[in-house]
Amino acid sequence: MHYVSEILPSLLSGAWMTIKIFFWTLIASIPLGILASLGLTSRIAPLRWILKFYVWLMRGTPLLLQLIFVFYGLPIIGVIFQRYDAALFAFILNYTAYFAEIFRGGFQAIDQGQYESARVLRLTRAQTLRKIVIPQVVKIVVPSIGNETINLIKDSSLVYVIGLGDLLRAGNVATARDVTLLPLVLVGVIYLLMTAVATFVLRKVEQHYRSWR
Amino acid sequence: MLELKNIKKQFGGRTILDNFNMQVPDGQITAIVGPSGAGKTTLLRCISGLEKTNSGSFILDGKTFDPANNRDNDNVIGVVFQDFQLFPNLTVLDNITLAPQLVLKQSKAEAEKRAQELIDQLNLTGKESLYPYQLSGGQKQRVAIVRALAINPKILCYDEPTSALDPDLRQTVESIILSLKQDNMTQIVVTHDMQFAENIADQIVRVEPIKA
Repeated sequence: MHYVSEILPSLLSGAWMTIKIFFWTLIASIPLGILASLGLTSRIAPLRWILKFYVWLMRGTPLLLQLIFVFYGLPIIGVIFQRYDAALFAFILNYTAYFAEIFRGGFQAIDQGQYESARVLRLTRAQTLRKIVIPQVVKIVVPSIGNETINLIKDSSLVYVIGLGDLLRAGNVATARDVTLLPLVLVGVIYLLMTAVATFVLRKVEQHYRSWR
Repeated sequence: MLELKNIKKQFGGRTILDNFNMQVPDGQITAIVGPSGAGKTTLLRCISGLEKTNSGSFILDGKTFDPANNRDNDNVIGVVFQDFQLFPNLTVLDNITLAPQLVLKQSKAEAEKRAQELIDQLNLTGKESLYPYQLSGGQKQRVAIVRALAINPKILCYDEPTSALDPDLRQTVESIILSLKQDNMTQIVVTHDMQFAENIADQIVRVEPIKA
């Protein structure tokens, strides 16, 4: 017990890094994903091609590789990120691609008649999206977004590769130093707690959207 | 009065409407009939601005206007779709008051007061806070009619208003359309149901398929 309280502060400070990356990635990549999905279904062909290429690139290569390229590769062409910024940049870029595909599916599930119905009521395109289409899309995509959200908590452990001190790294350091697996057990428990909170919040969101069909 | 002059509409080389002329007198009910595939619905979609015509003109009260490019809120044409297309994420009341608030810039109270009058008139009292999935087909249709009326249209169009309903509800639709006529509403009804058209219409316009 004494040992636990000794290593807990370092684990918690690692967990804080995990939470920060998780939170900011989610906050940025969901709206960006919506925008990108609108581009993926746009009538402007070059925009569609560029976004399709982007999604293919982001989903087609490991996130680990993308992290390495952002932090070690981009400085070669003069773009230098701090470790933390590099991690956020890579995560947002990667997760936006996944979210874009999820939202694209959601948008395509909306009946064309909904747009027409809004149009004869003289709603603008922005009003139609905001009041009618996006709420329906969100309801459709919440379960898939939930999946990605849970994945993101665990994916955030990849930041060790560019030397950021997250939860898993903190556990690794303690394990190597003290020759015991206990820190990694604690790491597992903390991840479980974080995913439990995320699961709970996601369930609340799903319940909120259950009042209509 | 709405006048259609020499309307031509093509879809990918196929001509649906050619040199089509029609007059829709104020306060009357005009039924558009014809076999399926003749272009009845296409005609309605052109009038309501959902399709662009290839040529021809629309004249409303002596002035030409383009329904497909019509942001002028004085020349509103309301539409009741065959499958109603209510917004599933909004309650009955919100379905009805959304456009009056966003488009006509009415206050919430104003929009709700007007909506309530129409709700009572079309026998939907008590359904205000329900969502569309909780309504029967006939109720959904009446909500769709109220929603279209709430933006004060000059003309109200119906696409096949009897086709999604049980046969015994046909009577109800008839009486709604006729009661709106009493209120001087100009109405255009697309239907394949000749009996229904004869029961309600002042004028029956036939659309025939164009032979290639």
